Amino acid sequence: MTELIFFINQVVIAGAVLGSIYALGAIGITLIFGILRFAHFAHSELMTGGAFMAFLLASLFAAWGVHAPIPMGFVVLPLAMVLGAIFALGIDKGFYAPLRKRGAKPVTLLIASIGVTLMIQGLIRLFFGSGSYSFFENEPKDVFRFDMSALGSTRPLVITEPQILMIVVTAIAVIALHFFLTRSRLGKAMRAMADNADLAQVSGINTALVVRVTWIIAGALACMAGTMLALDVTLKPDLAFNIILPIFAAAIVGGLGQAYGAIAGGLLIGFAETLAVFNWSMVLKPLNTVLPEWLQLPQTLALVPTEYKLTVAFVILVVTLLVRPTGIFKGASS
Amino acid sequence: MIRRSLTLFAGLFVLILVIGWFMGVPFTSSRLVEAAAYSLIAMGLNIQWGYGGLFNFGIMGFMMLGGVAVTFISYPVNPQFWGSDGPWMLGRALIAFGAGALLVIAARQSHRIGIRGGWKMALTVLAWFIGYCVYRSQIDPAAAYIEANAGFVGGLGAHPVLGWLFGGVLAAGVAYIVGKICLGLRTDYLAIATIGISEIIRALVKNMDWLTRGTLTVSPIPWPTPLPQDYQAGGMDAQTALLSARGGFLLLVLVIFAVAMFLISRAYAGPWGRMMRAIRDNHISAASMGKNVTARQLEIFVFGSVLMGIGGAILVSFVQINDPSSYQPINHTFLIWVMVIVGGAGNNWGAVFGAVLIWLVWIISDPLAQLLFGTISHWSGQIGWGEIPDIQSRASQMRIFVLGAVITIALRFAPRGLIPEVVRREG
Repeated sequence: MTELIFFINQVVIAGAVLGSIYALGAIGITLIFGILRFAHFAHSELMTGGAFMAFLLASLFAAWGVHAPIPMGFVVLPLAMVLGAIFALGIDKGFYAPLRKRGAKPVTLLIASIGVTLMIQGLIRLFFGSGSYSFFENEPKDVFRFDMSALGSTRPLVITEPQILMIVVTAIAVIALHFFLTRSRLGKAMRAMADNADLAQVSGINTALVVRVTWIIAGALACMAGTMLALDVTLKPDLAFNIILPIFAAAIVGGLGQAYGAIAGGLLIGFAETLAVFNWSMVLKPLNTVLPEWLQLPQTLALVPTEYKLTVAFVILVVTLLVRPTGIFKGASS
Repeated sequence: MIRRSLTLFAGLFVLILVIGWFMGVPFTSSRLVEAAAYSLIAMGLNIQWGYGGLFNFGIMGFMMLGGVAVTFISYPVNPQFWGSDGPWMLGRALIAFGAGALLVIAARQSHRIGIRGGWKMALTVLAWFIGYCVYRSQIDPAAAYIEANAGFVGGLGAHPVLGWLFGGVLAAGVAYIVGKICLGLRTDYLAIATIGISEIIRALVKNMDWLTRGTLTVSPIPWPTPLPQDYQAGGMDAQTALLSARGGFLLLVLVIFAVAMFLISRAYAGPWGRMMRAIRDNHISAASMGKNVTARQLEIFVFGSVLMGIGGAILVSFVQINDPSSYQPINHTFLIWVMVIVGGAGNNWGAVFGAVLIWLVWIISDPLAQLLFGTISHWSGQIGWGEIPDIQSRASQMRIFVLGAVITIALRFAPRGLIPEVVRREG
């Protein structure tokens, strides 16, 4: 039983947390790809920028003496998401809309998004330095330890308060997005435009509005993902820049342009990364008593060493591109 | 067009003189050697992107391969490694690798004995897994043994120029495999796949301590030309010795650069270049004319990567230290993209111009930002707003912003670059 609890602590919880963050980021990327047909690299900076906005708001609220039973990062999240959406709209207006108007190829937009990434990255580092910040400088990070001795386990089940909230908030966001895409007029218009932009336009859909809504959703979700990542670990300027590739991998594995695929892909990549570096010998230790002398399990039995954790996502990405380039759910193909 | 390029190059020359005046000759001379190496790399990207329209965001990976290659070839021999069991254990790991590869190939051919569909898939996955386990079971103890007893495998002690060539060959080999895997993909996918592969290369080089010493870094890597110390031993004063040594190195790099430029310009002016332009502009119609698009794209991807490998090797030789943790996508991959886009994709001289210009801008934006911030801080301190804290570290981040601003402005106002491609129309 101890082994099972260890497995849940190390894989199920960590994988779910990582997977939700990847999924939230990947939804934005996949929506932008579906509507605007380009790979938006600056998404990482929408995430980091959103996290810094939430951090500033949280410090401001704390300075005003606001108290809440949940961490301040979650209290300010809705407000930060609004700011994140405005931020995303502003970037589109300032950098991508002029290029689109000129009829630039998607490749040009991709390179422009890398320029935007560098600019925002530079600005964030300029103002905040390259050190790291924590949301929990003024308040404690609650850690719940559930005693599992009733089930015969010597280890407790450990989960932190932000992790529980994170999984709940992600679930709410995903369900809300589902209802938006399937029930509302605008959501249906978005899906129609992702399927065929020209046909959507001639059937009277306001494509400019759809583009704006796409940026709003992508910006808000990116801000949410960034804030939650910063709540789980620490806030630093290259917070999301380091995980933008696994997020792209999640979007591609799920099928670019498919919102549900992005969720599945995010969770898949998150769990694959945690499973790959998981030390199996801790779980399989009881087998040592039955196995013969020459087949004893070694101390560490992980599929890949911990330092290669991020490469797991790329390997999955490359394999997906080779075997099924359209992703799990058939996305925009080559 | 010629007049415009000449004016721009003359302006660049003046800029170099100005930098030399302010920052001193030793600083400028080493920046020039680096700029020459970056010109080679930018030319490599220009072949891939400007000629072939291929999206390579894995430049960092190819540069790292060059660095590893030159370290392995030119670093002095490590007798501790060759005297120990290390080579034997590595040999066994190599055999295990071969056995694993054979197993995978066999599984992939299993349809010949009537295993099809899902079963073949399962068998292939199983073969990969077994091959991986067999390889790991041999390489892990070998790596631990070498790291404990000999540090790392050391080098071969050969001439660094051989190392540069080997860097090109290694990059070509990896580019062939990468190209085989990725070149069928559409542009966005290709960009992401190549970034992924360069990150895999970075993780490997950083963590294979037995081969590259990882974060412990390898130094000093020998120069192909005499070092300043050698000149000083011959009775020169320090300044002249430094300049002669760097001058010699620069000359060697320029010779390689000239050879590469000559070969590429000749090839591009000929039928091969016309075919490449046709494929880039419309690969469907090129394919319908009987051109083997995938094979040609693979060819051009490998050629470009060779230059990147050589350039990366030259940079490592020049700074004399191979530090895998100093490689960053921003400083290596994206910087070179900015060079090619600003200079002019599809025009070799444009790419070279962009390389030198952007490298100088990248270098001097740090001291310039220091100066600017110092002034602002002094001014804000005087009017009572307080001075800016830790200017030093903040100002050095400024160049990332400058790079981003340059790329967005260039795309907006000069999308074809400062020295654009010249399209000759016959007849």
